[in-house]
Amino acid sequence: MTNRVQCQVNGAEVSFEGRLDEPLLLALRNRLGLKASHFGCGLEQCGACVLSIDGQARYSCALPVSFLDGASIVTPEGLADDPVGRALLEAFDAEHAGQCGYCLSGIVMSAFALLKANGSPTREAVIEALDRHLCRCGAHGGILRAVERAAKGLAEASR
Amino acid sequence: MTAASTPKSLKDNPILARWISFEVPGKVLIRPGKVELGQGILTALAQIVAEELDLSLGQIEICSADTAVSPDEGITAGSQSIEMSGASLRLVAAHARAELFQTASRRLQAAPEILSCRDGVFFRGVEPVGLDFWTVAADVDWTKAVEGPIAVRAAADYAIVGTSPLRLDLAVKISRGGYIHDIALENMLHARVVRQPFRLARLTNADTAWLSKHYPGVELLCRQDFVALVGPDEFDVQSAQADADAFLTWSEESGRWQPAQTAGEMRAVIRDGEVPLSMTNLALRARYSRGYVAHGSIAPSCGLAFYEHGQLSVWTHSQGIFALRDQIAACLGFDVANVRVVHAHGAGCYGHNGADDAALDAAIIAIDHAGIPVRVQWSRQDELSRAPLGAAMSAEIGAALDAAGSISAWRMSVVSAPHAQRPGFGGHVNLTSAEALDARKLPGRVEDLPDVAGGGASRNAAAIYDFPSHEVCVALDTSSSVRTSSLRSLGAHLNVFAIESAMDELAEIAAADPLEFRLRHLRDQRCRAVLEGAAKISGWPGSRLAAEGQALGIGVARYKNKGAWLAAVAEVTVDEAVRVKRLWLCVDAGLLINPEGARNQVEGGAIQAISWTLKEAISLENDRVPALDWQSYPILRFSDVPQIETRFIVDRGSPPLGAGEASQGPVAAAIANAASRALGVRLRDLPLTRERLIQILTDS
Repeated sequence: MTNRVQCQVNGAEVSFEGRLDEPLLLALRNRLGLKASHFGCGLEQCGACVLSIDGQARYSCALPVSFLDGASIVTPEGLADDPVGRALLEAFDAEHAGQCGYCLSGIVMSAFALLKANGSPTREAVIEALDRHLCRCGAHGGILRAVERAAKGLAEASR
Repeated sequence: MTAASTPKSLKDNPILARWISFEVPGKVLIRPGKVELGQGILTALAQIVAEELDLSLGQIEICSADTAVSPDEGITAGSQSIEMSGASLRLVAAHARAELFQTASRRLQAAPEILSCRDGVFFRGVEPVGLDFWTVAADVDWTKAVEGPIAVRAAADYAIVGTSPLRLDLAVKISRGGYIHDIALENMLHARVVRQPFRLARLTNADTAWLSKHYPGVELLCRQDFVALVGPDEFDVQSAQADADAFLTWSEESGRWQPAQTAGEMRAVIRDGEVPLSMTNLALRARYSRGYVAHGSIAPSCGLAFYEHGQLSVWTHSQGIFALRDQIAACLGFDVANVRVVHAHGAGCYGHNGADDAALDAAIIAIDHAGIPVRVQWSRQDELSRAPLGAAMSAEIGAALDAAGSISAWRMSVVSAPHAQRPGFGGHVNLTSAEALDARKLPGRVEDLPDVAGGGASRNAAAIYDFPSHEVCVALDTSSSVRTSSLRSLGAHLNVFAIESAMDELAEIAAADPLEFRLRHLRDQRCRAVLEGAAKISGWPGSRLAAEGQALGIGVARYKNKGAWLAAVAEVTVDEAVRVKRLWLCVDAGLLINPEGARNQVEGGAIQAISWTLKEAISLENDRVPALDWQSYPILRFSDVPQIETRFIVDRGSPPLGAGEASQGPVAAAIANAASRALGVRLRDLPLTRERLIQILTDS
């Protein structure tokens, strides 16, 4: 096993050395200071830690860094650099899509992966993409409207 | 328009400088004593201040509550923030405005009436006069107490209040963080506390050799039964915590835990009974219940602390920083003057969760590591299992009907675990690590919240209906060692569920429509209005059975019988499980400061109530809470959330009322009433899980 992992985080080359069994979430937060992605359970049950990894929405709270050699990772901090990410951030704000907002770090990344793969998802597809995420404040309605608003805005912009 | 009365928090903290500052040019700093819990309160409070001072919202800066500088506004709870902090800040802003205008007019030797202001700049007519708030603020005596009546803006003239600007904090939180969890202090140590597996468990062995062999970077801190794992690397301490069974041994010491004493059953005759209730000739006698419910914050609780030269600073997402400061000081033997507690944003807590406990955890460890900041974070299992739980409750209702089919007498008897065990309540520390350090800190006597605070077990135990005879009894049950405390809406969830279920049962006995039956007993006009509103938007009648296994149900209450009114209609299907397909809500919360914020609070409360009602209860094992996670304690998911339609009845002249706790009881009742109708069997015990349905159908 190599003792060095190289990957891209929000477009920048990053290398991790030392303990490579460390979960990606902790490495991002504590080694790189990227704090937007959150620890909710450490058990891949709540979705607060979901990131976009090679275009897939994946849990990061129990995913060892060693699995990420060559991966391209997007965290919430990187969303503003991408038109889909920007559309989502604006839409979540505009729809008041969140209350405490702690779960949104993961939800917005699942929405990002969804809209990258499917620019005009149905309501059912959005629900399916977000169903592994827990929100305790009950902001579900606003969140669904925000993802749809972002998709609609992007579709109109590309017309 | 002149404000009628001075809110308590302003009476307690009358000095202007405590609340507001004009020291930064172009900005107005406000210091609410209430804290952001995800409810959007800071945005709403900023709107109120911007409105009174004719400022744009972007000019308002909000300081997080801090025991060193902020006004003590008590606990951020009970849907009181808009009512109390909002009212106080409105008066503070109005007084500040008057002071600034008087000072400007003195400088200009002009009457204050001919001046106006916009964005903090003074005008005479359309001409700027060369003065602004910040240039004249230096001449204002901000140490003045707010006294006497003051003109406030008339509600009809509101331009910012009543609109829904973007949340001040949400966008930043999504893309950059900003919670207490995200604070990284220099050289900070990470810590995990290994919680006692049950109340007053005794630590009998700690194998330090095992720990140092497997986790050389992790230090073990033991103080009596308090155990912390501390180190520079978070992954190390997190891993060591997961392995705690390998090096820590706990035991039960018989008799160490003793139940708290209580006042016994408290009986209140709500209205003079003309018709004494005979317990023999009742139309209905039924018992309703709910189990223990977890707060279930998505973020595990977190605390930060720093100790140096006898001074302790603590950062917390607690709802009550002043009470927490006092109890940390008392627990650790500090003078209150040497402890500072600062609020930092956390995830939604929905009541008294582990936030306060985590703050004391951090303080204990920091004192042992002088000069080094310490960060404690709880595990998911501890957040669900070791934080205070929402109280298990039951309510028995007996009611008699007269010949005309109206209720002639009503008696409700509530039995509940305690709802009010926040830090300092009842004269107890009420922090879990305080008991780990010293088992004698166990509360010896527990009382319910007084009615002036809305009651705890007694919250909404009095029905809003006009019964000729109406009696309510409330008793606390302290027989379990499980720690319980305030969970959103406290006793109102079960009490309203029980009352509104019984009303449906009685309507059925009286062969009346549930809506008509309620209105028959209801004089409160605003309550009638929300009921009729919910019925209208949902297309009630509730007798409609649209399809097999599908029905509507209704529920209503006025929160605390003095807050917001809310009626709910639920459309439910019952097959192998109860599913809520649609939900209609009609709400009267008076003036809405921020309509989207109010809607979020109401609908979010409703969704949480659906989750409690359909899914949530903790089964104790030998009076112990098992280690739970989101698989063993499931909550509502996106695919379970119904379509919700909310209608607000808004009278701008009515004072604003908190909206976050109005929906829990009515929504639970509406769901159970609909499910009972669809099933043809009455469901009286929450949650309405699949297992419960099978049991009920088997029994019937």
